[in-house]
Amino acid sequence: MNVDLFITCLNDALFPRTGEATVRLLERLGCDVRFNAAQTCCGQMHFNSGYQEDALKLVRHFVETFRDAEVVVAPSGSCVGMVRDLYVKAAEWAGDETLLREVRLLAPRVFELSEFLVHHLGVEDVGAYYPHRVTYHQTCHAMRVLRVGDAPLKLLQNVRGLMLVALPNVEQCCGFGGTFSVKNADTSTAMLADKVQNVLSTDVEACTAGDNSCLMHIGGGLSRLRSGTRVVHLAEILASTEQEVFA
Amino acid sequence: MSAGGIKPKTTFQQAAKVTLANSQMRRNLRHATTTIRDKRLRTVAELPDWEALRDEGARIKDHVLANLGEYLLDLEASVKRRGGHVHWARDAEEAREIVAKIAASHGAREVIKVKSISTDEIELNAALERHGIRAIETDLAELIVQLADDRPSHILVPAIHKGRAEIRDLFRAKLGAELLTDDPKHLAEAARVYLREKFLTTKVAVSGANFAVAESGTVCVVESEGNGRMCVTLPDVLISVMGIEKVLPTWQDAAVFLRLLPRSSTAERMNPYTSFWSGVTEGDGPQEFHLVLLDNGRTDVLADDVGRQTLRCIRCSACLNVCPVYERTGGHAYGSVYPGPIGAILTPQLLHLEDKNANTLPWASSLCGACYDACPVKINIPEVLLYLRGKINEAKPLSAEAVAFKTVAWVMAEPHRFEGALKLARTGQGPLVKDGAIHALPGLLSGWTDARDLPAFPKQSFREWWRASRER
Ligand code: SF4
Repeated sequence: MNVDLFITCLNDALFPRTGEATVRLLERLGCDVRFNAAQTCCGQMHFNSGYQEDALKLVRHFVETFRDAEVVVAPSGSCVGMVRDLYVKAAEWAGDETLLREVRLLAPRVFELSEFLVHHLGVEDVGAYYPHRVTYHQTCHAMRVLRVGDAPLKLLQNVRGLMLVALPNVEQCCGFGGTFSVKNADTSTAMLADKVQNVLSTDVEACTAGDNSCLMHIGGGLSRLRSGTRVVHLAEILASTEQEVFA
Repeated sequence: MSAGGIKPKTTFQQAAKVTLANSQMRRNLRHATTTIRDKRLRTVAELPDWEALRDEGARIKDHVLANLGEYLLDLEASVKRRGGHVHWARDAEEAREIVAKIAASHGAREVIKVKSISTDEIELNAALERHGIRAIETDLAELIVQLADDRPSHILVPAIHKGRAEIRDLFRAKLGAELLTDDPKHLAEAARVYLREKFLTTKVAVSGANFAVAESGTVCVVESEGNGRMCVTLPDVLISVMGIEKVLPTWQDAAVFLRLLPRSSTAERMNPYTSFWSGVTEGDGPQEFHLVLLDNGRTDVLADDVGRQTLRCIRCSACLNVCPVYERTGGHAYGSVYPGPIGAILTPQLLHLEDKNANTLPWASSLCGACYDACPVKINIPEVLLYLRGKINEAKPLSAEAVAFKTVAWVMAEPHRFEGALKLARTGQGPLVKDGAIHALPGLLSGWTDARDLPAFPKQSFREWWRASRER
């Protein structure tokens, strides 16, 4: 299957290893992975911060870039959430009928990594090996916008050597929320404090999730506490094998 | 008295700073919201048709909103037919005057009140005070808030932020109750003794309305304590203040909301008291009934295609109870009688997006979406939040933040600009990076590094890796 990778601007800039892992993983599963270098950013940060006109430029750019893709896969629930859920709104609010039509055609072909693997490729065991104690943080957009359900858990349960520990209060937001973390830093920090406490209570080596934006937040808190617990993107765990450890 | 109103005195950020520091309140809130969240999930799961019921609730509300004028006129006609009076209040000022005039015309020095968040919205108590009339809250939690000279912190459990010991001290000081313990039973008894006397001696009552049925002119209040029942049956004169969006066409519609409301709000299968009244009945109940229909910004919300769904709200408070922001900051941070997610979208809209403090509320959300999942009438709160953020930004003069966003959008519109910016950032971050991470950022971004580290830009971006490894 031809898979167009949407790496997302955050991963491209700050977490290239997640991208590398995603490529290796998809290729291992027989996908023909392409990377269209024209891609940049989905526009979520702008749209969510109330700069809809600016976001619209990025929405148009995304649609142009991926118009001809068979499927687009991204290692980020929140960026895929933006495309699938909010691109329609962006086009509607702008009153752009042409864009709306294009978005309606493209959005259903854009998938978050775990849902693509489980629901689309029908794979639950990706042949990974990762011999550590790990807890899984359910990110809000994957859970409530994309409804990925237990797809990530199924994948993790089949990773050899991995011991999955349930995260208390798993359904609660980590407090990132994009610019919320800066604009309402005090509230965001209070939410983060509880999330970090929950992660630490599981006594794991690493906390994983399908989204580096949330992980950057949780990881930033864990690191500030010098806690010794890491964050690692789901793709990196799934890409790891006995031969090659990614995370 | 319990202060009210919908105009926040400060921005959400400033108010949250204060409330976040209150550790007692944080513990009380966490306990209360966690308990009710779990219970709600259990009671909702009992109904196999819950999702269909939510759809039905949303559908009925949308239908009403699309034909609001017609149903309000029906309601007016029905209430009059049953011997009641109907008053139309364009804004808070008009509504306050209507109620005060009616109360004064009966020579009232005191009125009893129940279930009336809309009267808090219009700051009725203070207005009555100016007319020399004391308003007495009879809902237990409202009474606590009133005695403490505080503001409600929740739309359903206004005293959710208060602990039992605090309440005991309050009852001792304000009601002269001889309370040795903070046992809830004894606290309730002290309130009961005080209220019983008020119910039996006060001639005028003011209530809110959960909804009103247009076909029969029936008003309904749903509550847990029975104090509402006392309020709407014992006095001679009853004045009900109701937001215009609360009208429902038929009893069948009311039945849908009587199923949706208790499970969403108190996580109960059925609330203990549901009172209905239609106009006046000779020799039974109040002999004079007034219905005040309150607009106060609602028709303008109605006129907005995206914002309109806000008016579906049945004030169940489910969105507050699941909101991680509300759980940390409490209701006071929202500066309005409507706190939490619904407050974040309702308050600024009622104020026509003109109030600079209320206009910070749409940003008081991490957009986690828990409110949307919980809402029994499926108000897409995250969508409205985003929409309002856009409208508020649009109306503002160009800020440093807006310029920054514009610049980023310009950079991101072209991959080569993005790549160039990355290279620049990599060089520029030099002095900020220590041990592979950034621990302090300047300016706007310092909010992040106050509590969190940030990873440094790595040597190679993904696209550079791809080019190097794939396109040889
Ligand atoms: S917005 Fe929905 S969940 Fe919140 S109070 Fe209103 S009806 Fe209830």
